[in-house]
Amino acid sequence: MISATHVRYPIWAGSRGVLRAEWTKLSTVSGPAWLLAAVVAVTGAVSAAADAATRCPANLTCSVDAVKLSLTGIQVGQAIVAMLAVLAVCNEYSTGMIRVTLAAMPRRLIVLSAKASVVTGLVVVAGAFAVLGSLVSGALILPGHGFTAARGFGEFTLTYGPTLRAAVGSVLYLGLIAVLSLGVAAMLRDSGVSIGLTLGLLYLFPVFNAFIGNQTWHSRIERYTPMAGLNVQATTGVRSLPIGPWEGLGVLAIWAAAAVLAGGMFLRFRDA
Amino acid sequence: MSSGLIAPRRPGLRPDRASFAQALRAEWVKFRTVRGWVIAMIVAALITVFLGIFAAGNLSIGCQSRPNGPVLTGRACTPHFPIGPDGEAVVDSYYFAHQTLTGNGSITVRVASLTGLYSSNGKGGQNPLAGMTKGLVPWAKAGIIVTDGMRPGSAYAAVMVTGAHGVRMQDNYVHDTAGLTGQATATSPRWLRLIRSGDTITGYDSADGSHWSLVGSTVLTGLRHSVQAGLFVTSPIYTVTAQSFGSSTTHGGPSQATAAFDDISRRGTWPAKAWIGTEVGTGAASPGTGIGYVRVTPGAVTVSGSGDIAPLATGPGASGPVSVFEQPLTGLFAGLIAIVVVAAMFFTVEYRRGLIRTTLAASPRRGRVLAAKATVVGAVAFVVGLVASVLAITLGLPRQRNQGSYVLPASMLTELRVIVGTAALVAITAVMAVAIGAILRRSAAAVTAAIVVIVLPFLLAVTVLPVSVAAWVLRLTPAAGFAIEQSIPHYPQVSSVISPADGSYPLPPWGGFAVLCAWAVVALAGAYVLLRRRDA
Repeated sequence: MISATHVRYPIWAGSRGVLRAEWTKLSTVSGPAWLLAAVVAVTGAVSAAADAATRCPANLTCSVDAVKLSLTGIQVGQAIVAMLAVLAVCNEYSTGMIRVTLAAMPRRLIVLSAKASVVTGLVVVAGAFAVLGSLVSGALILPGHGFTAARGFGEFTLTYGPTLRAAVGSVLYLGLIAVLSLGVAAMLRDSGVSIGLTLGLLYLFPVFNAFIGNQTWHSRIERYTPMAGLNVQATTGVRSLPIGPWEGLGVLAIWAAAAVLAGGMFLRFRDA
Repeated sequence: MSSGLIAPRRPGLRPDRASFAQALRAEWVKFRTVRGWVIAMIVAALITVFLGIFAAGNLSIGCQSRPNGPVLTGRACTPHFPIGPDGEAVVDSYYFAHQTLTGNGSITVRVASLTGLYSSNGKGGQNPLAGMTKGLVPWAKAGIIVTDGMRPGSAYAAVMVTGAHGVRMQDNYVHDTAGLTGQATATSPRWLRLIRSGDTITGYDSADGSHWSLVGSTVLTGLRHSVQAGLFVTSPIYTVTAQSFGSSTTHGGPSQATAAFDDISRRGTWPAKAWIGTEVGTGAASPGTGIGYVRVTPGAVTVSGSGDIAPLATGPGASGPVSVFEQPLTGLFAGLIAIVVVAAMFFTVEYRRGLIRTTLAASPRRGRVLAAKATVVGAVAFVVGLVASVLAITLGLPRQRNQGSYVLPASMLTELRVIVGTAALVAITAVMAVAIGAILRRSAAAVTAAIVVIVLPFLLAVTVLPVSVAAWVLRLTPAAGFAIEQSIPHYPQVSSVISPADGSYPLPPWGGFAVLCAWAVVALAGAYVLLRRRDA
């Protein structure tokens, strides 16, 4: 006979139930669905607007990365992704739901990883639609504006390696933004402050970099802050990028991992 | 302190004014007693100042006093530019075929042709003209000029043909008036005339030499009795700017223009000598090649020159490390995000805890609550913005100068406008965030919306978007308000890319600020309507 106190459950014990619980929490309120729809719509719309506004007349050489241009909407879409992820955590705190959640599943790190998995999974699915929509609008609009493959601009087909990398990379980028935001939210617990800090991390570095003249700091900021992740969208001039496409996404992954780890530690060692 | 909240109305005040004062006081107490908000405001000021000083102190300037010499840094690199009559830094270098005009008089010429060369890679070597491509840069200038003297920065008035902008009359570097359109060629030459009468200089142009039209007239106060007048040619740096994600690259090089003048007639007191050729304003501050000449043949004069007569602009084409007064305000974005978060939450947290019901019970006129909240947040944000911008500028500018950067001079009033305008920009942005908070009622949504409408358009404009699209984004979105920080106006007569990173915006300072205010008014109106219509 083994007494119940000695049973050592594996660390993932009950995680299917937790996943299911997190899925139920997200899928039974209308907010997340609207936000996911907004990710797709806003990303596609902003991308299409950027495409529509950009032309390359026949007598000019344009140093525009057409595929990257057609993915401009990700810059706006990521704000909605961040909002979705932050709300998934902070709504539990503002409604007091967190106490029920942790009473049902006392292993807090498992709760956080289940939440991260569900949110990231949803974001990746919506992100795939958003990226596809953006690429399709690019394929429809940009060749008519002078960005043709014959003139050396990237092809808008997923069989073309760099375009595939940009597309898959952008989807993963959005997933990592969700993880980053979730980690920040788990640390700060307040939705307004969390979203402010997350958007600050995403938007401040590129703005600041436009003003800073020092090349050393310029390239440090380009390479080591979350903005490095967007290098994965490059299809031309990859050799002259401050950091390689996948390496850049890796930098963002480190930020996301650090944020979610710190968030996990706060959740684990702080009273809810 | 809280006694003010429940104190009876003071008899001397009209009831409505008294209750607005009460609402204001209640909101102020709410604001200052939440420690997190006060701390966030202090952090906003500190981060603005710190990042501003960092940006001002990291311009990374290096220079060489002679080719292949040791690389110098810091103040040794500071370039020196002439200062124009209105106090702005200018570029004043051109080739001048001149004589002394004493008293009143006039000069009339025909420009039979204007041709040019430009360098697209900047590799000049011993002879910069070798390896240049044929073609005119848009602001190549050739014509007649009356100037107070040949010291760079002298007062002048000139009428000229240009590479791509037709006939222009320009004076004192910053003023520019358009005349006939089209280029001067052998088949369609241009006649130009300048008349000096006291301090007044008047310019005319003509397409046939008999029908004249007035281009412009200007008064050069204190113009000497004896002035230098004659033929000039100049041609600015040729630049091509390619903007790509997160950076823009510029290439280009000096250019040279050559004009053929004939049919020259003069009135007034001129010496009987031939034209004297002088290279005006050569040296480090000149964007030109320094190779100019005047060639006199019977009936015609050919002049060739390089450089520019124009206000000095930042960005590509600036000859030397030049920066702007508002550079240390770069950190404002970080501070602004913190302030926007507080401002939006100042309204949204009322809904989270149900405090809004107490607030509206105490002050049933909802518009008054909105006004009180907006006033409190706007005033606090103004003070924070003012302290931050004064500190950032006073601590940042000396570091900027020590780096070897030439800070473009601006008038006292302009500097005051930049500093106070920045505080006003922060205040209006905060008011807009309060209104967005009242509209959306949820912290996350309100903060996201506020950041997305204020910071994101600016980010897209300085990074991904092509220049023409970026200019429209900076005209139409709330980010237009950042134009209030612009200390050096954008001059259409200087080929420069509109780039906020170099301190230039498509809208004038107050125009941009008005756009931001319009957005804030729309947001407040929306908030007012929704607040009145909806249940709390």
